Parts: sequence; structure tokens; C-alpha cells
Amino acid sequence: MITATNLSKVYNGTKVLDIEHLDIPSGQNFGLVGNNGAGKTTFFSLLLDLIQPTTGNIFNKDITVSESEDWKPFTNSFIDESFLIGYLTPEEYFYFIGELRNRNKADIDSFLMQFEDLFNGEIIGRKKYLRDLSKGNQKKVGIVAALIGNPEVVILDEPFANLDPTTQIRLKKLLKDLSQTTGTTVLISSHDLIHVTEVCERIVVLDKGVIVRDLETSEATLNELETYFSAEIAES
Amino acid sequence: MFKKFAWLEWKSFLRSASFGKSLGLKILMVFLALYFSAMFLFFGVALFPLLKELFPGQDPLVIVNKFALVYFTFELIFRFVLQSLPVMDIKPLMVLPFKKTKVVNFVLVKSLFSFYNFLPLLLIIPFGLFCILKEGYSTSGMIGWMVAMYATTLCMNFFNFIIKKRFTENLKALIPIVAAGVIIALLDYLDLFDLTGYFGQLLNYLVLNPYLAVVPLVLLVILYFWNHQNLKGKFYLDADLKGKSKAANTREFGWTKRFGSIAPFLQQDLKLIWRNKRPKTTIYLSFIFLAYGLIFYPNDTYQDMPAFFVFVGIFITGIFMINFGQFIPSWDASYYSMIMAQNIPMRQYLASKMGLITVSVVILAILSTPYVYFGWNILLLNLACALYNMGVNIPLLLYSGSFNKKRIDLDKSPFMNYQGTGASQWLVGLPLVLIPIFFFWILNKFISYEVAVGFLAGLGVIGLILRPALLTYLAQRYRKRKYVMLQGFKQKGD
Repeated sequence: MITATNLSKVYNGTKVLDIEHLDIPSGQNFGLVGNNGAGKTTFFSLLLDLIQPTTGNIFNKDITVSESEDWKPFTNSFIDESFLIGYLTPEEYFYFIGELRNRNKADIDSFLMQFEDLFNGEIIGRKKYLRDLSKGNQKKVGIVAALIGNPEVVILDEPFANLDPTTQIRLKKLLKDLSQTTGTTVLISSHDLIHVTEVCERIVVLDKGVIVRDLETSEATLNELETYFSAEIAES
Repeated sequence: MFKKFAWLEWKSFLRSASFGKSLGLKILMVFLALYFSAMFLFFGVALFPLLKELFPGQDPLVIVNKFALVYFTFELIFRFVLQSLPVMDIKPLMVLPFKKTKVVNFVLVKSLFSFYNFLPLLLIIPFGLFCILKEGYSTSGMIGWMVAMYATTLCMNFFNFIIKKRFTENLKALIPIVAAGVIIALLDYLDLFDLTGYFGQLLNYLVLNPYLAVVPLVLLVILYFWNHQNLKGKFYLDADLKGKSKAANTREFGWTKRFGSIAPFLQQDLKLIWRNKRPKTTIYLSFIFLAYGLIFYPNDTYQDMPAFFVFVGIFITGIFMINFGQFIPSWDASYYSMIMAQNIPMRQYLASKMGLITVSVVILAILSTPYVYFGWNILLLNLACALYNMGVNIPLLLYSGSFNKKRIDLDKSPFMNYQGTGASQWLVGLPLVLIPIFFFWILNKFISYEVAVGFLAGLGVIGLILRPALLTYLAQRYRKRKYVMLQGFKQKGD
């Protein structure tokens, strides 16, 4: 589904991302982990054509993302608050995204029904603008909006951060179901190793922009990741 | 402690995102500051001789004192519109070991160093000196007068903040006060109740008893502590958060549906304009500028220069176009990455912006039809200008918009707000009006009025016919500039 070849990004002479080859097959639940500055967000931004690659290309379903806009109809994403329109209410935002993806109001209303628990009565019908919601609730809106319109690819940057424990558990189940039932390719990044191993079938570890581990998730994965990330502390 | 705050302020000034980038803007501001200083100084120096000449046999000081109240009233109005309390980011300071009083003092003292407080000095001191040297007033008396005048000015400074605090949230509450002010002004004007006169006599009395200058000084101190009290009470995060919980306005703009594929964007833009302070004022401005023609059409000076009416025509039918269009796509800056990542083809995004502005031109053109009172030729010219705006100026504005890369915070007040303004904004205004004026002037001079009007309309129609092609070109251009824009929009701070 998604292929990156020779991909690199250089900022002021520092290489922040350098991926020789990465192939993410369709329907995979793909997790990206790494410390701050590892290049996770950079990779997602490149995938969404928000920044330009210094070398190489990313193909989303064989479409070069930096050359054509044709990947947009089947790709949906939530990176950060700059994906929210602050002066809209959550409902209006959902309807807007829905309209962009050929879903009418009734479609969206029935789609939102399944998230009633997740929203916990704090989002729908509260007559509040998105800019006035708490960080956690904003995140919920962004994540749910990223699922509108049955996208084939869903990209979520740190979806678990800022969420309360109940929502984290709900979200994990949601993401797992998503790739299993609809065959959606889900790309997430996280700092929480436990969440990522629970949700993702495959986990890639980035360090300073380079892929250092590429693991099929198994029983041993969490342990392996913990060993990897504590190695630096052990050395010093 | 003050030194540390000053150091913080200095750093925030030097390190703000646009420092150095908008050099042109800075130069303009400096130029304006110098210009106003010069004007005030000139007026301050010339006031005494001028009054002597205009009112021979009368004492200039008495005349000035008589107008002092009017002057202070206007000063307060100007301050209310233009000046705001200097802001300081207190959030990071709240948990640090600073005394609240110190921070508040710093903010208030800083407000004294405003340019608005410097200008009156240029009026008061020269005039005071003239009175001592030419009119033979006692030095002590005039010093008392100068101190009193300046202290009153500073009182206005602090008084303004108190008014602002009370009324910015609720401008309607200001209406009865303004009404009362107008009534008093009327009574005064009709000589029924001579308030300005009484105030003048007070000042005259003060010159004879200069120690009375203590009164405005005491008032100044009282106002200072009033502000101090106000601000100190605000030194909590909830004061910041409380005001926000206003219920959302959920108007739907359902009628936009009939615009087909651009409907969701159009709806979006209308909400943008309706729910945010700064774009909302572009609407009010459009209606105010509709009256612009009244200044020119009845005026005999311009009757021989129909080229000037082109300027007026472009302006009144295109004021929304200019005000709103020049900041495309900066209006969407805070969520531009979403616009770019979502399923929104660039061409459609631009088409909807064009559609919105076109509608505004049509509405303004319709509203300007009463100008037919000044002659059919003016109506025709205005309609031609509207066509020209739609066909030529809108694509031109969108093209210049592709150079925008400065963020706009939608919530900030538009008065004296230069955020999002760069060199391109200043440059783009000129061709919008100069090109049509030039063509019109040439054709009108050498052929005829009708041909000139027809030519402008013709250019507009050609532009409208070519619009699909122009849109494709513009979309390409915006796609190329996308990364620069995205990066620029991320930079906060003015």
C-alpha cells in the first residue's frame, strides 16, 4: 500500500530522516516508535505531502504523493491540533469532513452513533467551539474525524497522548478492529510501548531518522523494545 | 525585578518570528511615528501664534483651556480605539517566585512608555513655553498648568484601560454612556450648559494657583491603583479561561447548498467570517466604504476627472475583495495543514474563495446602484468596475495571495493590527486600482467615455470567460508554494 524509497529529509544540514526502503502492505496495522526527534512526525508529514522530501519518494497506492493529489480521497489523517478548525463546533467539523468525503449529514450522524461511549457526552450537542474544548476532547474529535468516509489509509500521530485511560483502552480496541474488519491500513506512532505492541502487527523503531528495528509483533516484542530503549541508559 | 522583566520583554521583541523579516513594515511604522511627532510638534509650536492671529485681543491660554475638555474627550476616544493594555505572558510567571504586585506594576509602568503618551508632550510643552515667554504668565503657574495637563493625559491612559476592561466584552453597555456624552456635548454646543467653559475656568484658576496641579496627580495615583487592583484580581488562569465559555452560534448557511461542489467551502468561509473578530470587521468596513462615493460624486473638483471615479468604483464594489482577498490563504493559516491533507483539491479550494468574493462584488454593486442619483454615467462606470473586479482583480489578488506565508490569528482585533501583513500586501493594492485607472484615462482622453467604460467591462468579461483556465494556473501556483506556506503559517508571534 505504502512504499518509501530512498527517502530522506535534511533540515539545515542535519539529516532528520533517512529511509532506504520501507514497504507497508495493505491492511497492516503499522506502528512507529522512537524517542523525540527520531523522525516519526517527519515521516508522516512526508507521507501527507506537508513537507518536501530532500531525496526519494513516497508512494501511496502507487501514487507519488508529492506529484499528484489523487491519494487524498482514500487517505485520512490526524497529526495535531492544526488539523482542527477552531471556530467550528465538533458536529460542524464532522459534517465538513463528511462532505469532503461524500458523506451526507445522515451518514455522519449514524457514523457518530458508534462513538457515543468514546465521546462520553462531552462533545456532541454541547454548543462549544473546538477551540474551547480540552486537549483530550480535541484529540478525540480529530481521531474520529480521521475515520470518516471509510478511508483505506488512516494516519494518526501519537493518538494515545492526552487521552484518559478509559479512552485509551477504547481506542486500542477500535484501531485493532479497524484493520481486521475493514482491511484499513492504519499507521500510528506512539511513545507508549505497551499500547503499540497491543495494537500493531508490525513495529518499526526509528532512531535519528534511521530504521533500527523492524519487528513482527509477538509475545517477545514488548520485552525486546524495552530492552532496546533501556540499552542507552545501561550504557551510560 | 523590573530589570528581569524588561530583559524578558526585550528578548521577546528581538526573537519574535517576524523580527527582521518585515523590515518594510517596521520602516513604515517608524516613518508614521516620525510623521505624527513632527505634526504634533509643529502644531504645538504654531498653536500660540495661530490663536493670536485668529483671535486678536484674546488670551490664547484661555481659549486653549476652553477646548481642553473637548481635547481630552477625543483623546480618550482615540485611545479606546487604538491603544490596549500591554500584554505580558503571565502564565509561565505564575508558579515562579515573583510577587504578583511587581508583575502588575511592571505592566502598568510599561504602559506609560507608550507612544500615545509621548505625543501630548509635544503639544503641551511648546505651548506652555510660549505662554511664559510671550504672554508673561508666571513660570510657576505655567509649570503647574503643564503638569496638570500632562497628568490628565496620563489619567486618560489608565482610565482607558478601566473602560476597556469593563466594556470590550460587552460593547452594547457602552451605548447609554455614549448617548449621555452626546447629549452633554449637544447641550454644550447649544450653549445651554457650558461644561467646557466651566472646565476652562477651572484650568484658568489652576494657573493662578499652581499648587492645585496636585489634584490631577492624585487622580492619576488613584487610577493607577484602581488598575492595579483590577489586574491583580486577574492574575489567575480562570480569568483567562472564564470568558471563553460562550455558547456556540450554530447558524447553518443552508442556502449555500445551491452553489454545488464549492458549497461546503463557502459555508466554511462564511462561518470563518461570522465567528471571528478580524474577518468580521471586513464586512462592516465594506458597508462603511459604500458611502465613499458621497465624498467624490457631489464634489465639483472631481467632475472633470472621470478617471478618479474609476478609483471610487473599484473601491466601493471591491472593498471586501481587497480586505478579505489580500489575506487569502492566511485566514486558513491555523488549519492549513488539514486543508492540504484532506480530500480538498486545490482548484476547488481556490474556486470557492473566488466564488465568495465574486458574490460580495455583486452584492456591493447592487447596493451601490442608488448612486445613479449622480448620473447614469456613474452607475454604468460602477457596474463596469464591478465586472473588472470580478474578471481581473480577483485572479490578480489570488495570485498575489500565493506569496502569503504569514499567519493570522483570527481572534485579534483588526485596528492597527499588522499581523499577516508583508510587503506583498502593500504592493498588490496599487495595480488593483492603477491599471484600470490608466486604461480608462487613456481611452477617455483620446476616444470617449463610453468606449473607456466598455473597455473596462470588456476586460472583466474576458477575465470571467478565462476563469477556468486562470484557476488551473493558480492551483498550480499554490501547489508549488504549499510547503513554504505551511512552514510560514506555523510561525506564531507577530
